[in-house]
Amino acid sequence: MSAVIDDHGHGHEHAHGPAKGLMRWVLTTNHKDIGTMYLWFAFIMFLLGGSFAMVIRAELFQPGLQIVEPAFFNQMTTMHGLIMVFGAVMPAFVGLANWMIPLMIGAPDMALPRMNNFSFWLLPAAFLLLVSTLFSPGGGPNFGWTFYAPLSTTYAPASVTFFIFAIHLMGISSIMGAINVIATILNLRAPGMTLMKMPLFVWTWLITAFLLIAVMPVLAGVVTMMLMDIHFGTSFFSAAGGGDPVLFQHVFWFFGHPEVYIMILPAFGAVSSIIPAFSRKPLFGYTSMVYATGAIAFLSFIVWAHHMFVVGIPVVGELFFMYATMLIAVPTGVKVFNWVSTMWEGSLTFETPMLFAIAFVILFTIGGFSGLMLAIAPADFQYHDTYFVVAHFHYVLVPGAIFGIFASAYYWLPKWTGHMYDETLGKLHFWLSFIGMNMAFFPMHFVGLAGMPRRIPDYNLQFADFNMVSSIGAFMFGATQIFFLFIVIKCIRGGAPAPAKPWDGAEGLEWSVPSPAPYHTFQTPPDVK
Amino acid sequence: MMRHPPVWMGLLLWTVFGQANAAWTVNMAPGATEVSNAVFDLHMTIFWICVIIGIVVFGAMFWSMVVHRRSTGQQAAHFHEHTWVEIMWTVVPFLILVAMAIPATKTLIDIYDASESDIDIQVTGYQWKWHYKYLGQDVEFFSNLATPADQIHNKAPKDEHYLLEVDQPLVLPVGAKVRFLVTAADVIHSWWVPAFAVKRDAIPGFVNEAWTRIEKPGIYRGQCTELCGKDHGFMPVVVEVKSKADYDTWLGERQAEAAKLKELTSKEWTLEELVERGDKVYHTTCVACHQAEGQGLPPMFPALKGSKIATGPKEDHLGIVFHGKPGTAMAAFGKQLSEVDIAAVVTYERNAWGNNKGDMVTPKDVLALKQAEAQ
Repeated sequence: MSAVIDDHGHGHEHAHGPAKGLMRWVLTTNHKDIGTMYLWFAFIMFLLGGSFAMVIRAELFQPGLQIVEPAFFNQMTTMHGLIMVFGAVMPAFVGLANWMIPLMIGAPDMALPRMNNFSFWLLPAAFLLLVSTLFSPGGGPNFGWTFYAPLSTTYAPASVTFFIFAIHLMGISSIMGAINVIATILNLRAPGMTLMKMPLFVWTWLITAFLLIAVMPVLAGVVTMMLMDIHFGTSFFSAAGGGDPVLFQHVFWFFGHPEVYIMILPAFGAVSSIIPAFSRKPLFGYTSMVYATGAIAFLSFIVWAHHMFVVGIPVVGELFFMYATMLIAVPTGVKVFNWVSTMWEGSLTFETPMLFAIAFVILFTIGGFSGLMLAIAPADFQYHDTYFVVAHFHYVLVPGAIFGIFASAYYWLPKWTGHMYDETLGKLHFWLSFIGMNMAFFPMHFVGLAGMPRRIPDYNLQFADFNMVSSIGAFMFGATQIFFLFIVIKCIRGGAPAPAKPWDGAEGLEWSVPSPAPYHTFQTPPDVK
Repeated sequence: MMRHPPVWMGLLLWTVFGQANAAWTVNMAPGATEVSNAVFDLHMTIFWICVIIGIVVFGAMFWSMVVHRRSTGQQAAHFHEHTWVEIMWTVVPFLILVAMAIPATKTLIDIYDASESDIDIQVTGYQWKWHYKYLGQDVEFFSNLATPADQIHNKAPKDEHYLLEVDQPLVLPVGAKVRFLVTAADVIHSWWVPAFAVKRDAIPGFVNEAWTRIEKPGIYRGQCTELCGKDHGFMPVVVEVKSKADYDTWLGERQAEAAKLKELTSKEWTLEELVERGDKVYHTTCVACHQAEGQGLPPMFPALKGSKIATGPKEDHLGIVFHGKPGTAMAAFGKQLSEVDIAAVVTYERNAWGNNKGDMVTPKDVLALKQAEAQ
């Protein structure tokens, strides 16, 4: 590939290090700088979205209305979901991809560095626009992160238009990021790095990127249809004009279900590097992991209506989506069995990345179990839109996506900063997060089964005790993340110097460059045997 | 630490099951119909399957974590990939799923068979109340939240059925096959009674079917389960199930009341009578948006106190209440309220909170508007 032709040893001044000052960050086309910015942006959004969750849990701490009015409560649930999905989890994974994919495949940078810069800088603009709606007359989006029409069209606050533009910007950013990932992986692999030699993180991101390109335009389509309904007199989602509110849900969930896997597949990949590293044993079934990821990605396109079991789709449709959804358990099971077999007869140690990775497997599996329960359509008639669903998707997203990101961050922090993080503090962060998370979300299964609907600001006394437990757990989980910020800053500022390969069981090209990784790496492609 | 959560959940189920302390309920209740019992059985079957798989998978993980630690001097094995093992752990879960899909399919087909019903009820979701219409019986009414605002704002102690109580419950007879035709007037709502395992989205412009046959008389409570705006959490469903004889008596009384209401339209009303009735109508129908003192929640829900509409020409005021305001949350109450109630509430709004217009809209004015519309 001509793009990787050697660039080493020449006298370009900027080739030796970053530019100075603020403009380094504004103008940078370096994958490491952009990766760092994505990760910081994601963390800031994680704290912001988390603070909205704290408002929700504070209001739900006791029955009755104490802290906020229902209208504002709805804005909090909506913004919490939007910010966590589009602002925290997705950018964090793009940040990891930027940092690690070139290092893992022996490429000097991402394939499209200028576009990389643009796709990052769209995000602060998009979220500024989105968050500013909270201060507009009528308030911000209050229709849930799933923004079902007509609540989000005819009955929406005026700020919905800003919300639509913000979603468009996020979508453009995601699509450009995905194109960049695909172009990099398909074109910039070092000689000898065949597809089936790529680390699983690279594989899962490749598949994730294709999912993004497939579904982000669908999301853009659905918000554009909303825009037309609101401002240009169309009736896509209004029965009075010949449209159909359920059409919205079909289009939304055609995006929404693959989106769920977009938020989990890269974590699968990262964990598939971390568990072998700390088990000192190769991944049990590399090939089956790749195929299982592909199978999950394929199935994600044919299960969307399981989010709509109670909208009144015909019984044949209901059966199809029930069976297809249950099938997802098969490749997901393959993955879990692979991780367990990798640990089996290994030589295990439990550093922070491994703790988060093991918790990921266990808790994600619990989320998978409740997912299987939700797939049973007749039972879903009872679970649907209750706190059982809230428990389910927080069990897949918090230990899945968020713990996957924490595991990755601790695993690669030595490579990024050149320092070891403080292991004691890292473990403390893990245990506080683990306990807080389970305390916050496990009781939600109970109140959901007992009949508490989701997205309500107030509830009957029978749900009071478990809600209080949930709130205490949530406050604990939330406060713990400020502690994570402290650990990361401490690691950046100092700590034991990290060797090129700080984990004795780790595999991969990223450990062949010094720690911290120099500003430019693999200007000469490495040899991959 | 909670290393075996599904087992832990299972143990909790056993210890807490059946105890009177409802506050710590951890599981679904079997309910009061054949379908809800079938759903409950499915729920418990899939739950125990998950528990067993969980014990196997997490058991293997914990075994490795304890036995295969480096600190015990464990050397890492180097095996990977094993075709038979991989085939088995693909095929066995698949067979378990097939076994689970069979009873689920049977129950689902049963849930969808709403044919040959004895009674048809049209259920319509409004922001934020339910409307029930007994098709062919000339009985219809709204069912509003009955919990006082003082309890919600913590100024009074909350009672047992806090937020799960209504002014007029849906009344049904025991043992009859009841078909629900579920729809909505504004946004999407969802009508749910857990004890019947009936949950159906109420979608504006479309009608969904559901059915139930309740085995035990009693009062059953549920809630709206689709986010429908500000007061989504404040539109409960209450169903009172009576014996066949009691139900017939109740239905007869309601039919007589409906006939009486029609007569009220032709009665000569005084301003005081209308304001008195309008006060009640306002505080069940309008208060959620326009608030107790008519101050509204601008800009989504405008104030009525001193507003141009409520202090302007009474024809315009009546028009807005009757037709609603397209593109906003203001519904067309001409289709929701009786002539008397519309007249009363408009008159009330024109004379409350210092609006003091001193004029009145009579039920006959409303009837005239209705007839003009019909032509």
